[in-house]
Parts: sequence; structure tokens; C-alpha cells
Amino acid sequence: MKNRNRTARPHVTRNEDLIFEQSSPGKTGVDLPPLDVPAASPERLLGADIFRSEIKGFPEVSETEVIRHFTRLSTWNYGVDTGLYPLGSCTMKYNPRVNEVVARLEGLATDHPFAPEALVQGCLEILAETARCLAEITGMDAVSLQPSAGAQGELTGILMIRACLADRGNPRRIILIPDSAHGTNPASVHICGYEVRNLKSNARGCVDLDEMDRAMTEDVAGLMLTNPNTLGVFEEQIQEIARRVHAKGGLVYMDGANMNALVGVARPADFGVDVMHLNLHKTFTTPHGGGGPGSGPVAVKQFLEPYLPAPIVEQSADGIYRLNFSRPKSIGRVRAFQGNFGMAVRALAYIQANGAPGLRQTTLDAVLNANYVRSRLKDVYDLPYDAPSMHECVFSDRKQAARGVKTGDIAKRLIDYGFHPYTTSFPLIVSGALMIEPTESAGKAELDAFVEAMRSIALEVEEDPQFVQKAPYTTRVTRLDETAAARKPVLRWEPNS
Amino acid sequence: MYPNELLYTKDHEWIRVDEDMGTIGITDHAQKELGDIVFVELPKAGDHVSAREVFGSVESVKAVSEIFSPVTGEVTAANPKLHSTPELINTDPHGDAWLIKVHMADRGEIDSLMSADEYEAYLKEEKAH
Amino acid sequence: MRYLPNSPAERAEMLRATGHDSIEKLFDQIPSALKMAGPMSLPGPLSEPEILEYFREAASQSSRDYISLLGAGAYSHYRPVAIDALLSRGEFFTAYTPYQAEIAQGTLQAMFEFQTLITQLTGMDVSNASLYDGSTATTEAVLMAMRITRRNRVVLARTLHPEYRHVLQTYVQHQGVELYGVGYNSTGQLDLEQLEAALKTETAVVVIQSPNFFGSIERAEEIAGIVHKSGALLVVTITEPLSLALVRPPTDADVVCGEAQSFGVPVAYGGPYVGFLAAKTQFVRQMPGRLIGQTQDTEGRRGFVLTLATREQHIRREKATSNICTNQSLCALAATIYLSLLGKKGLKALAEQNLSKASYAAAQLRAIPRASVPFSAPSFNEFVVKTPGPAEELLAALRKEKIIGGLDLERYYPEMKNHLLVCVTETVSKGAIDRMAAVYARVAARCAEPDRHRDTVAAGRPSS
Repeated sequence: MKNRNRTARPHVTRNEDLIFEQSSPGKTGVDLPPLDVPAASPERLLGADIFRSEIKGFPEVSETEVIRHFTRLSTWNYGVDTGLYPLGSCTMKYNPRVNEVVARLEGLATDHPFAPEALVQGCLEILAETARCLAEITGMDAVSLQPSAGAQGELTGILMIRACLADRGNPRRIILIPDSAHGTNPASVHICGYEVRNLKSNARGCVDLDEMDRAMTEDVAGLMLTNPNTLGVFEEQIQEIARRVHAKGGLVYMDGANMNALVGVARPADFGVDVMHLNLHKTFTTPHGGGGPGSGPVAVKQFLEPYLPAPIVEQSADGIYRLNFSRPKSIGRVRAFQGNFGMAVRALAYIQANGAPGLRQTTLDAVLNANYVRSRLKDVYDLPYDAPSMHECVFSDRKQAARGVKTGDIAKRLIDYGFHPYTTSFPLIVSGALMIEPTESAGKAELDAFVEAMRSIALEVEEDPQFVQKAPYTTRVTRLDETAAARKPVLRWEPNS
Repeated sequence: MYPNELLYTKDHEWIRVDEDMGTIGITDHAQKELGDIVFVELPKAGDHVSAREVFGSVESVKAVSEIFSPVTGEVTAANPKLHSTPELINTDPHGDAWLIKVHMADRGEIDSLMSADEYEAYLKEEKAH
Repeated sequence: MRYLPNSPAERAEMLRATGHDSIEKLFDQIPSALKMAGPMSLPGPLSEPEILEYFREAASQSSRDYISLLGAGAYSHYRPVAIDALLSRGEFFTAYTPYQAEIAQGTLQAMFEFQTLITQLTGMDVSNASLYDGSTATTEAVLMAMRITRRNRVVLARTLHPEYRHVLQTYVQHQGVELYGVGYNSTGQLDLEQLEAALKTETAVVVIQSPNFFGSIERAEEIAGIVHKSGALLVVTITEPLSLALVRPPTDADVVCGEAQSFGVPVAYGGPYVGFLAAKTQFVRQMPGRLIGQTQDTEGRRGFVLTLATREQHIRREKATSNICTNQSLCALAATIYLSLLGKKGLKALAEQNLSKASYAAAQLRAIPRASVPFSAPSFNEFVVKTPGPAEELLAALRKEKIIGGLDLERYYPEMKNHLLVCVTETVSKGAIDRMAAVYARVAARCAEPDRHRDTVAAGRPSS
């Protein structure tokens, strides 16, 4: 096998035991200041039956070792800062450093959620201003920042639909969800006591209007739609879809996971959407953190505003911000306190940095990048749906699978070329999907290198499919035995294990 | 490939009938589609199962497959080996890796099931689609 | 636009490769009636110094110059600087869920360590890799217990965090669930007689908090015995897990869950925090959220992977154990770093400081005429004080001394007029405690004047 790889070289990283395995009695990474009150006797105060003398197995290491340990672990990770991370539908874009600085400012990082409102006006203003900006971006009338992540935004939105329809006399039984949707959609709907009915997509990968008409009965509470959908295709008939759902008394929920294709270009409120969520960790650059924290604000039309989670931030005529808990129609609270405030801080800093023109240019670049990748790969990878792409494009492994190489294998080989893989095997309507979302954060040079890697892998598949099937070769571990992990789960370290 | 003494469903289960007792498993085709089996969820003895309804599930690392009962009746046993060695389903799907034994309520229900030849024809037809 | 790497020339070249002559063409699929006519009305574009100026101004409108005696589910603890130094590594904070294990071993091993630390603290067998926060972790624990027992009656201690109870109500409002509350007794602990009366054959789960919302440590072992007799499961929620360095973990519970914000995550006006959920081994397949498992690669080297994923929404869709996808990994990483730094001895010493300070503060307040600490159960760093006059008056007087005096409990417990929930962590100095006590004494003296009408309410035994 000729090495065509010009983008990556193996890199030495240190092995590193678990923190527990480095422990030795008597070490600590923190020295406490002296206690300035009389020392209490825990055993006496708590009682012998409650008192715990030690936590067995807990680590004892110095600060130096902690820094080295986690720094070494970090070098085993690939992040957006490392390079292109085209994980489709996750919007892995650059996370500006200034966001991190402002979120850690004393005052913003230290205010307590139960502190008197007069003493937290800065935090409340940030929440109010972020909500105002998100309402402007989506065209919606009101926003709650309480939901912790996209899935919780979905739950919140569907609960609001249910509360509204119940007020109108009948909450109905069913929510329609296209078969291209994220798994969180049906899972969230289920918690709201609704049945899920799947809608088959049409040949363009969009909602099939006839199929929808047949399903859209008076039993249907609403339609849950991702737009652009998970194929990266804009639902051209969105207005007509919304009109027909509304005509039957249903409401339209939009999963805003793919807002990175729309900001500054088009607004969901104009599509006929009644309620939607945004993912601050996708579109608005709050970091993905290795799997969170996220933030999933919900945005609604005016008639759904009374159902938003309590509390909401209000500003009175004297300019003072207050939390309004008195909301009799609210669906309730979906988490303690005021949501992931720290994520609102970061999202607002991002919006301010860009302003309206920057956000629009960001969208144009994200869509251009996806289309550029699509046009440069479509001759070597199968494009199962040829509808125009917006912010992401979805190929299938049909050509490569004929040689025994699946999307997951190509993804693993891509690692050897120095890139994070795309999303594999999703959406479910594409067999062997390669879902590529470059975002606006990759320049042409980075995209060219990625395209070259993908084309090179396609050639490798032709020449030596077995070679690709065993990738990656340059990582510190080779493929891991997921079957053994699931059959006999080892979910914690034990002494002498 | 597919034993003649078994009867088959379109959902890829098999049943071995002995008077009013039925032994149920999943077919070789089903285990291949799923890949390495890591977990099996089964009813207990005494539970009731209904024809064409879900009675359990089989899991690989990245998929869950529900198992439908070919017949109605009362479960008399669930295979105790599968809890610790679910991989038996991959190695001996039509034999040692049976899932449950059922005391059948209506033997007439097996009339609509497929023979081994019919099942193999059905698989070919499915593949052609 | 400083975040965008393409030059105008590069954009033009890329556009040509797509076969289009204008960028607008790429948006042709959006009907023109749906396109925005004018620009959005948004702040910016702002330079970095301007952004800093805006947020510094906002940060100045804060309580940062005050001493806070607020706890109630969000605790102010000192955060060693090493935490942010490590969290700021881009390889950690700009990665996502570790779907590609070969290039995510850093996150995976750290989360495996997190899971281990949580099991060590809670005495449970298995822990997940975090949930949104304590309130949703508690809710997920209840849903999990309902799946396991296939029952639908849920018994909640009234001393479970009120906002946690509200979140649970929101989640189960359409699930045909019967919620039942159990009150507290004069020690500030769960009323066991009420508990026994509340348990019925349909009871799926009993949820208690320990230390509870009043700071009182519950007798989890005794409660578990009562609960298990009815065939229900016991969920113990912990909002101040630092207590576990000195308090025996509720090993008789079936699920132990809660909030790990105390471990190196800033109070940050309510979030992001980090929920945890740990359980007995036999319940692992009903657990919500990500699980990290240990395994080997093809060369026999140890490695870690996401495992038991068939429980999750991306595979099981509406039949999943939860709808959660993104969790709170970075906050869980902060907790892992924090606990590694403190370690066995440090965490215990810190817990002793919290206990000592709270106990000193309680003693100072007990000595004030007409103030009292009504609940006799052992507590950790939080306790209830009955104020010597109207609670509002006292809080206002403390504010003048730049002290936020605690949470007015009447907000959630109408029977607790003039009772404050006070939290004293290691961040509160003796001087501040003494200043607080002096304010209490002044208010007490004013309220003792004969013309003042006193209205106080004793801690009652409220019905459910």
C-alpha cells in the first residue's frame, strides 16, 4: 500500500494509568487554609452510626501529577481546535476564546441562583438580552433559556403543544415525526404521553405531502420537523406543510439543530413554525465539552408564551429585571434554577462578536463549505439523494460496500489522515450514511486536505479493501472490542482489577 | 441450513413443536443480521405470550431486535444459558440457543408458519428487494 | 469577521467549484417569500475589547462583593486554579461525545474515572457519565424505578428540594403517575409514621434527600428497610455530595443520585451543573445516559468505549431509557479533576471545615435571644434558623452588612414563616459569621422592644 497520506504523522503520547493507580497514601493536591473556628468532632456531631471515616479507594495524588495526568489524557483527544471535525448534525464549529473569558468573570461565575434579584441584575440582563437576540434570529416572539440541551428543549416544546391543545379542549394523541429525525425526537415525545407516528420521506428525502395528509388526522397534536432536515435539505414545502397541519388543528414543532444553515437568511417564524428549540452548543459556539454541557432554548409564537417554563426574566418600566414565577399556564419547570446560564453568556458573546452581518456571512460560509465538499466528492462517493445541500451533505457507502468496506471503516481510516470522522450510519433513511458537516470554521486549505483524504481512501478501497477495514493504524489504541465491553460491562475501576 | 423439523416466521423466529409444547428461537439469518449478540431479554416461566406479539429482545452492540412469538401460550422455561453466554445465539441459533419453551394454547396457530423450504424461498425474495 | 477562515478570493474559487455563479444560488431551495428582507436587529459586530467591556459591566452588577450564606442546591466552594487550567485545553472542551473511541480516549478515561469516583462516594456499584443536573437526575431515577417495578405511585419527601419536586411533576404530568408527599418531624427528618402510611402495593419508589433541604441528615438505612418491605425502591438524592466525605453513604438505597456542582463547578447563577446517577448493578440496563466501559483493543491494550448504548435514544428511539443525548461531560471532568486534587484526605479535611464552620455559626445563632435552630437532627454545612424577628427585616439588615443571609423558607414552605435556610461553607470566614450573629442580635434586641408585634410560627408537622 502506497502511503498517500500527506496530512498526518503519528505523534508520540505518553501512556497513563488511571488516577487511582497512581495513588499513594499521604499525598494531596490541595492545601487548605487554617480553620479559623474551633474544630468540630465529626464523629460526635454526626453520631457514630452516620460518621464515615474514609472513602475507600479514593485517589491521593499531588497537584503536579493531576496536571500531568489530565494533560496527557487531553493529548489522546481530537477536538475542533485540532482540526476539521465534520460530525454531521453536531455543528462542530470554532469555540471563541473570549466566550470562555467572559463566562468566568467574577460576578457572572459566582452569583447564586437564589441571590436577591437586585444583586444579580447583570446576570438577568444577560439572560434577557440573549433571549431577545434568539427571538430576533428565529423571528419568534418569546424565548425560554431554561432547557439544558436540545433534547430537553424538545420535551419542553412538546409539553407546551400539549398544554395549549388541552386548553383548546383536546390534547390529542399523536405526534408525527419524519423517519429522518434524530432519535431524541421520538424519545422526547414519548415522555409527553404522545404516540409517535413515523412519516416516510419522499424521493428527495423530504416530507411526502400525501403521506402526511393521510397521517394528519384530528388525533394528531402536531408535526415535529427538522429543517433543514438531517440530509441537509431544506423542506421547500414547509409553508404548505405548516398550513395543512394548522388546518387540521395541529401545531408545528421545529428541531433547530440545523439552524447553522439559516441564521440571517431565513427565520422559522416565517415558515409557520409555532415552537422550536435551538442548540447553543451547535449554532452559537458554546463548547461541546466532550459531550456537554449544552443548552436548548425554546422559542415560541405569542399564543404559546403563557406555557413557557417558569420563571421568565422580565424588565419593568424602571429598567429593573425580575424573575416572574407567577405563570399559571406554564408547563412547569424542566430543571432547577435558571438553566445553563454560563452557556447563555457564551452565546451572547458570540452573537455580539458577529453582529447581524457576521452571522449572515457565517451561514453563507457554512453552506458554501458543505457544497464545496459535496461537489468535490460526488464522483467517488454515492449521493443517494441529489436534492441541493445546505450546511451538510450525506453520501452513502454503496460504492465502497460493494468491496466490503462500510461507512464506519472509511471513518476509521479518515482518522489516520488526521481528521475527525463524519457522522456514520445516520440518518437512518440512508443505508451506510456518511454525513458531512464542515461548518464555516474550515478554510479552503483544510477542506482541500479533507477532500484529498476522502478521495485517497476511496482509491485504497479499490486497491486493498482489507487494509481500510482494519484502520486506524496511527492511533494510540487500535479498534476496541465493543462486544466484550457490552457482554461483561466493566464500568468502574476496582482495586487489583 | 435450516432444519426441516422447525417452522419459521416472517420475523425470523423458529419454533419446534412437540405435541402442545413449543420451543422458540431466532433463525441463523436473524443472528447474522444482528451480529455479535451481547444481551438477551426474556420472559419468566409462568408469563403469558401471544401470537405475533413481542415477548423479548436480542441486542447487539448497536441494535436491538424485538422477538415475536409464533404462538399463544404460557412460558414454561427461558433458556438459562443465554444470560451469561448470549453469544450462543451466534454459534448455535437453531439448537442450544433456544429462547423459551411455551405450553401452546392453540396448535392451530402453527398452520400459518413456513416450512424450512418456504423460509429459504422467503429469504431469497426478501434479499431481492 | 475574525472567526471565518476563508478569504473573498477563496470563497469565489470554491463557489466556482460548486458550479454556481452566486452564493445566493445555494439558497435557491428556500422560497424567496421566506427569505429575510432586511438585516436582523442585533448588537455588534463587537471587537474583543468591546465584548469584555460589556460583560465586565454586567459582572459589576452582581453580588460579588457580598458574603453568601446561600446553599439550597448550589454551593460556593473554593475552586483550585488547576481545574480551569485543565478544562481550558481545547482537546477537552472542543471535543464532542466520544463516538470515535480511538481519538477520544482522553474523555473516555476521564469519564471512567468520574464513574468510579461517584461509585466510591455513594457506595453504589455503577454510575453513569453525568446527567444535566440534580433535579433531572432525580427525575430520571424516578422514571427508572417505575420501569423496574412497573408501578406508578411515587412517594416524595417534602424535604426533597422543592425545585426538584417541580421538575419531577413536569416530567411525569402525562404518565399516569400518582405523586404523594411525606412530611417531616420535629427533628427535621422524614416522618417515618407518615412514610409507612404512604406506602401501598402500587408504590414504585420513595425519594428522599440527604442531607435534606433543611440540611438534616436522614436515617437512610432505616428508611430503606421500611421502603423495601413494600416492594418499592429507594432513591436517595444528594445535593451537597461533599457531605459524603464524612457521612456514611446510603448503601441500602437502590439508586443514589444528585448534584455534583460542589466539586469544582462554579455556582454561575444556576448552571451548567452536573447531575449524577448511581445504582445497584442489577439495574444497569435501566439506567439513563452515557456509560463508559473498559475493554481491550486488537493488541490487548486497555481502552475505554461508550457501552450499553442500546438503552439510548439514538438506537431505541421512543423506547429509550431517557431522551438525553448531550450531557454535562465538561462539568463531570471538572468534578473528576477537583476530586483528584482534593483526594481522600483533602476532601475529608474540607468537609470537616464545612462542618466546623456551620456548627460554629449554628452555635452563635442559638445564643441569640428569640432566635433558634429548630431541628435537632445532625446536619452538615446547612441548617434552618428561626429568625428573632421578621425574616425580611433580618435579611435586609444583613444586606446592609454585605451579607446574603440565606434562603427565606416561606417561599417554598408556607408553614415556615420567619425561617431561613443558612449554608456555611469553608468560604465564609469566622469574622463574617460573627458579623452575621451581631446583626441577629441587633434585630433580636429591636424586636424585643415592647411596642413591637412579634409573629413567629413554630415548625409544624405539616400534612402532605
